[in-house]
Amino acid sequence: MILIPCPHCGERNVSEFQYVGEALTRPNPDGVDPEQWRSYLYLRSNPAGPTVESWFHRAGCRRYLKVERDTVTNEVTSVTLPGRGGPQP
Amino acid sequence: MRRKAQATGVDMRLGPRPGEIIDRSRGLTFTWDGDTYPAYRGDTITSALAAAGVRVMSRSFKYHRPRGVMTTSYLDPGCLVQVGDEPNVRASHRMVEPGMSARPQNAWPSLRYDVKSANGALAPFLSAGFYYKTFMRPKRLWPAYERVLRGFSPGGAVSPEAAHDYYDKRYAHPDVVVAGGGPAGMAAAVAAAAAGAAVMLVEGEPELGGHLRWGAAPELAALGDLRRAVAATGGIEVLTDSVVTGRYDGNWVAVVQRSAPGVVERLIKARAGVLVAAPGLIERPYVFSGNDIPGVMLSTGARRLINLWAVKPGERAVVLTANSSGDAAVCDLADAGVDVLKIVDARSGEDVVRAKGGRTLRAVECADGTTVECDLLVTAVGWTAPTSLLNMAGDRPVYNERAARFFPGGGHDDVLATGGIAGDGSLEQLIDHGSAVGRAAARRAHEVSATTEIPSLPVEAHPALFKARTHGFVDFSEDVSSKELEEAVAEGYDSIELAKRYTTATMGPAQGKLESVNAVAVVAAATGATIAATGTTVWRPPYSPVTLGALAGRSFEPVRYSPMQPWHEAHGAKPLVAGQWIRPDHYGDPAAEVRSVRSGVGLIDVTPLGKFDLRGPDVPKLLNQLYINKWSKLALGSVRYGVMCAEDGVVLDDGVTGRLGDDHYLMTATSSGAETVWEWIESWLQTEHPEWRVHVARVTSDFASINIAGPRARDLLSLVVDDVALGPEEFPYMRVRSGSIAGIDGSFMWRIGFTGELSYEIHVPASYGLGVWETLLERGADLGVKPFGVEAQRILRLEKGHLIVGQDTDGLTRAYGAGLDWAVKLDKEDFAGKPELGWQEGRDDFLRLVGLRPLEGTAVPAEGSQIVEAGIIVGRITSSRMSPTLGRSICMGFVAPHLAEPGSAISIVAPDGSRVPAVVTPQLAQVDPKGERLHG
Repeated sequence: MILIPCPHCGERNVSEFQYVGEALTRPNPDGVDPEQWRSYLYLRSNPAGPTVESWFHRAGCRRYLKVERDTVTNEVTSVTLPGRGGPQP
Repeated sequence: MRRKAQATGVDMRLGPRPGEIIDRSRGLTFTWDGDTYPAYRGDTITSALAAAGVRVMSRSFKYHRPRGVMTTSYLDPGCLVQVGDEPNVRASHRMVEPGMSARPQNAWPSLRYDVKSANGALAPFLSAGFYYKTFMRPKRLWPAYERVLRGFSPGGAVSPEAAHDYYDKRYAHPDVVVAGGGPAGMAAAVAAAAAGAAVMLVEGEPELGGHLRWGAAPELAALGDLRRAVAATGGIEVLTDSVVTGRYDGNWVAVVQRSAPGVVERLIKARAGVLVAAPGLIERPYVFSGNDIPGVMLSTGARRLINLWAVKPGERAVVLTANSSGDAAVCDLADAGVDVLKIVDARSGEDVVRAKGGRTLRAVECADGTTVECDLLVTAVGWTAPTSLLNMAGDRPVYNERAARFFPGGGHDDVLATGGIAGDGSLEQLIDHGSAVGRAAARRAHEVSATTEIPSLPVEAHPALFKARTHGFVDFSEDVSSKELEEAVAEGYDSIELAKRYTTATMGPAQGKLESVNAVAVVAAATGATIAATGTTVWRPPYSPVTLGALAGRSFEPVRYSPMQPWHEAHGAKPLVAGQWIRPDHYGDPAAEVRSVRSGVGLIDVTPLGKFDLRGPDVPKLLNQLYINKWSKLALGSVRYGVMCAEDGVVLDDGVTGRLGDDHYLMTATSSGAETVWEWIESWLQTEHPEWRVHVARVTSDFASINIAGPRARDLLSLVVDDVALGPEEFPYMRVRSGSIAGIDGSFMWRIGFTGELSYEIHVPASYGLGVWETLLERGADLGVKPFGVEAQRILRLEKGHLIVGQDTDGLTRAYGAGLDWAVKLDKEDFAGKPELGWQEGRDDFLRLVGLRPLEGTAVPAEGSQIVEAGIIVGRITSSRMSPTLGRSICMGFVAPHLAEPGSAISIVAPDGSRVPAVVTPQLAQVDPKGERLHG
């Protein structure tokens, strides 16, 4: 079980967190075309390697966190609070 | 005192052995297959049976061949038995207990005369993939095949009455976990603890020692020294009869403690600084014709039987030896009085060809042409390194031709290997290596150094012996022979991973620990590749089978009750499980509950309703973002119904939100959606609009909530409220008031109407919930107030045509489909799901939620029934009930757009295939569509 270093709570078991998904930028709903919007809804890059994800510290501080993780090694390189990243659909 | 088993009249027990683990002062009896057998404390089921001369312990999986002891360890593939209620007990591991009842589990009608052993005669037909090939056609017979084949499947019986025992769970944070308590593991634990590490030493057998336990005097002396060192060193937690079943990311190590006091099993989740894998070596069986006949044993199996349990494994023996373990077995056998008739030394090219016998071994045919009549064949042909825990850390084992076994690939900072899997050498060398690894582990756990030098162990030459010139069993648990593996390769399954899956070799209870390398060797020979090139199958968790009980552990799932639960229980409420909540479904007669609401007044406990306290100047912005309808102009004291959609436009939740103060709002969400909505709100506030000044607090359980519904609701409320004017003008529909209810300050009430009646939802501080509930019932007795449950509420709201998110909508229902056109405000700047709803508005290709009236008023088509037109599904029933108010059945459901017009005739297919004709009603509401009752 990987450990995620929460900026508020310290290193915690991943089971305390809810995996939200790849960190996304929400398109401006005005003027967005279906292709752009649906790629925001459904298309994920699913990389083998470094990726930026959103995690929710559900059983902890209940903060959404921006986590940089390598999906191959499960190494977490950075955990920060999100700015404008967009809620996950 | 010598005790002969009456059932067999045989006594194979030897005189006292220096390393024996039986307590001869504590005799006991147990039953096997109905007969009583003697045993000593410390005996396993099979050692006690072997002492009584029992040879057949089970019938094999496919061919129902007789099987006996082979390894006398946890892995013994022919020794899975039923003990009482418990199936698949490892009889060569489980200690006997007084009065224990053990039974064979893969034999019918008896172990001795097994009807299905006819399978053996049919063996040519049970070739690789036999079941796949034979039971394919015709397809209509699949259910019949399944019934027959299930009867052939092995495994014991699980009693439905079996007690739900207590399984424990524990979390631990040791610096070093040592998996394996043999000499190297013990040395590693001692060295790590001496260096200041907190150590967990885990051993699968009932005591520490590994192979030293069944060794000769020098090994036993070393064992004593090591055990004393472990006991004398502080900081070592020793867990015996326990196993490290898996290693996961971040050195998260799962340990199952099998015989912990007070619990059946305990799963320990340990976050280890460093894991030291010291599982030792597992002796490999040899593949030849008859290699499964009872009486064919591994050298370690025979030595354990003699030295740990003082049991003579046979009378006349042949020994096939390629190493020192075989040589030591020869000495032990002679010492135990076994007549060693022939030593077949594989190091000088000698070999065995086949074993002959039925329920017991009768003779061994050797490669030199001789046949020796005997009842015991001991083989010592090599070792398998169980590198599972290293594989789980990403290690890929490497085949070493010199030693004829796989070795760890190496290269991990936090998972180290010592003992037999790391190399050979003298006992002293193994102990030195263990100590060095232990010291390194302590340093790495404390992050002193990740590059501590660890000396390497020598690698001794060993002949590469896997298979004689005859075919025999490779996988004893799954009954897979070398012939079947060769056939699989011939049929094109020529990679080890494919051949494994096709034949199921290595997939049985021994999980490859006995059979994996032989399977690789047979496939390699059949494909003409080397063993190194063929590779090995990947060992995955668990290292050893784990019970579901250990994994489930004790439950941590919370159960939630409202403060009024004692009253509900005392008044016969039928409980309804609604997520974590237990709610009253009804109090005996839901139809009567409906009638009392429609004609008088009723109370329902709606405490599970999700409630959120929202404060801050930007709450209207948040509400506008979350709900599809508009919220900018919600007046102080007003309440509004709102619908939330997800970003895909699918209805997510609904509820009402009221404005209690200038910057203070209370939001409600559905009971089942409360958690989702809370996270949804936080997600918007934290990620998309951190600049908004809004504070959210979940207050679901801070308030007890009661809905008072019915034409006399106002009369009832007026009996408990003094400081709020309740008249229809002062407190109209969709308004909220705060004040004192039944003397409880800090309460508030809003006038809404899920049931379609005049109704007030009151929220009082939770600790007063029960009191207020009882006060309402007491003071309202003259008004005829009655409690009602969730079922009555469901009927009432269906009569009124109010949808339930998740019941009348699903994961594809966008707002327009749910008849929420009136709520969608596409002219708002933004809201969740806006683009999708904008696109849906212009289309006509989705199902619509409508009210339905079956023409036959007594027919209540089941929820989920399909609506069909010309053989095509054009909709379905989402809700259906008998309406006590209308005296006929009512439904809501989805229909295709061309059937959505009021008056459209539709045909519902009930689950029994009958047709229920129905018409679409003018509105969703079938009772009081104009809302006169609500506004009264």
